[in-house]
Amino acid sequence: MKKHVMDLSVTENVSLNANYFLLKLTSDQKLPDMLPAQFVEVKVEGSPNTFLRRPISINNYIPETNELWLLVQKVGDGTHTLGKLNAGDNLNLVLPLGNSFSLPENASKSVVLIGGGVGTAPMLFWGKYLKERGFTPNFLLGARSASDLLQLDEFQKYGSVYTTTEDGSHGEKGYVTQHSILQNQQFDHVYTCGPKPMMVAVAKYAKSKAISCEVSLENTMACGFGVCLCCVENTVNKGNVCVCTEGPVFNITDLQWQI
Amino acid sequence: MADLSVKIGQLDLKNPVMTASGTFGFGEEFSDFFDISRLGGYIVKGTTFAPRQGNAYPRMAETPAGMLNAVGLQNKGVHYFADEIYPRLKNIDSHLIVNVSGSTIEDYVACTVKIAELDNVSGIELNISCPNVKQGGMAFGTCACSAGDVVKAVRKVYPKTLIVKLSPNVTDITEIARAAEAEGADSVSLINTLLGMAIDADKRRPILSTVTGGLSGPCVKPIALRMVWQTARAVKIPVIGLGGIMNWRDAVEFLLAGATAVQIGTANFIDPEVSVKVIDGLNEYLNKNGYKSVNEIIGALDV
Repeated sequence: MKKHVMDLSVTENVSLNANYFLLKLTSDQKLPDMLPAQFVEVKVEGSPNTFLRRPISINNYIPETNELWLLVQKVGDGTHTLGKLNAGDNLNLVLPLGNSFSLPENASKSVVLIGGGVGTAPMLFWGKYLKERGFTPNFLLGARSASDLLQLDEFQKYGSVYTTTEDGSHGEKGYVTQHSILQNQQFDHVYTCGPKPMMVAVAKYAKSKAISCEVSLENTMACGFGVCLCCVENTVNKGNVCVCTEGPVFNITDLQWQI
Repeated sequence: MADLSVKIGQLDLKNPVMTASGTFGFGEEFSDFFDISRLGGYIVKGTTFAPRQGNAYPRMAETPAGMLNAVGLQNKGVHYFADEIYPRLKNIDSHLIVNVSGSTIEDYVACTVKIAELDNVSGIELNISCPNVKQGGMAFGTCACSAGDVVKAVRKVYPKTLIVKLSPNVTDITEIARAAEAEGADSVSLINTLLGMAIDADKRRPILSTVTGGLSGPCVKPIALRMVWQTARAVKIPVIGLGGIMNWRDAVEFLLAGATAVQIGTANFIDPEVSVKVIDGLNEYLNKNGYKSVNEIIGALDV
């Protein structure tokens, strides 16, 4: 897919809670086609300590309204500065970057999309994409507490939503991998994005059940298009590969994870 | 339109703007962003005789005005380059220069011999300055004697343009530059990255897997300018300046300091279209100031 450097304008900056916000962006030009799990590299203006662009996964792409949504967690100076953007502000993006999840062979396959923290962001777009192709996705979303569970109303548009919280304030208490649906239901495909320990736990679950499992990684990167060679992940057949171009999505059988 | 052409060794460059090795992949990664034949030259990723996996992740730490990297010359080896990549690049109308590295003099020579077989590679940039490999690399470039030995050995087997990329991690960079010149280098490029380090105070651990790494970006520009200025006055061969160039104005500063050409490095990560903006900006600067040729501003610093 052809990559572009584009100025987009902010139509809305929605505060989701103290730590997360949703940037809704559009452009006078037609946005390029984008796939679930792909990401953009955002240039942060007005943050002197932020030298590099920030890689942010695509939360939603709505071709009908020419809209792109980015769900952002406030982590450091760069993302805090992005959080101050207002409607009408411009944002320079390189997009779309990276690969996508693989679509199961037919819509009768049962799929579960497991997201934790800001890792729920790409699962909304992926769930919508699956729903549009006849699938009925299950979403399993985990967070510390109820206030950290994001966009539940959006997820409910595209499938069944299950949640876990560490304090038990929403859904089942515990981690996503402890949720009862993983024991009570049969799945053909698992897709996951979130903190590495969570993804490793999900990968272990999938391996033990012999279910196909794809993970979306977020290794630290400088460029986003395969030239700095900083975001590498060690793979079984190809050694160190760039997460930005060969990923961010990998099948767990291709990774050197101890699972 | 001012005349932007400059000469480096046997090469006539259409303009003095090149892209730096390790920041530009094999060029084709940028074809979505701009027409790479507009470049004066492009220096592709550091290549060694045998494939290298590079260092373990994490390899990168951001700094307030730059970044540290510890890639460690990950590449698929010179034969892969010759068989798989070169055929896709050989008809691009710009000078293709291969950055050659190694752990021993024999490695450098073997890699160079293979590159010499490729007609449309215009030259090599000998990397005696990589700070991220345990053996070779910078070890050769921090002593005039060993730098001279590598250049001498490679010069014997390479008749085309030979650029030597210098390390700033030395007491006197002009001494290394003179050693490279004495052994037949056609040009020197400087600076490679400065050895640096980043620490995570919360985890009480280094950020990079290798503890130390190479610092690049605007934070190194004043050092690079100073070293280009000193080196341009110490050698007769053309100097290629790099280190923190983010825009045309930075490039002009390097030319004024005595660089005959410049390389754009880390800036490619942030603005993949930056190189053409530098070419266009340089042309406008020359026109606005009444210069007919870029050669009029090379080393023209008024001190």
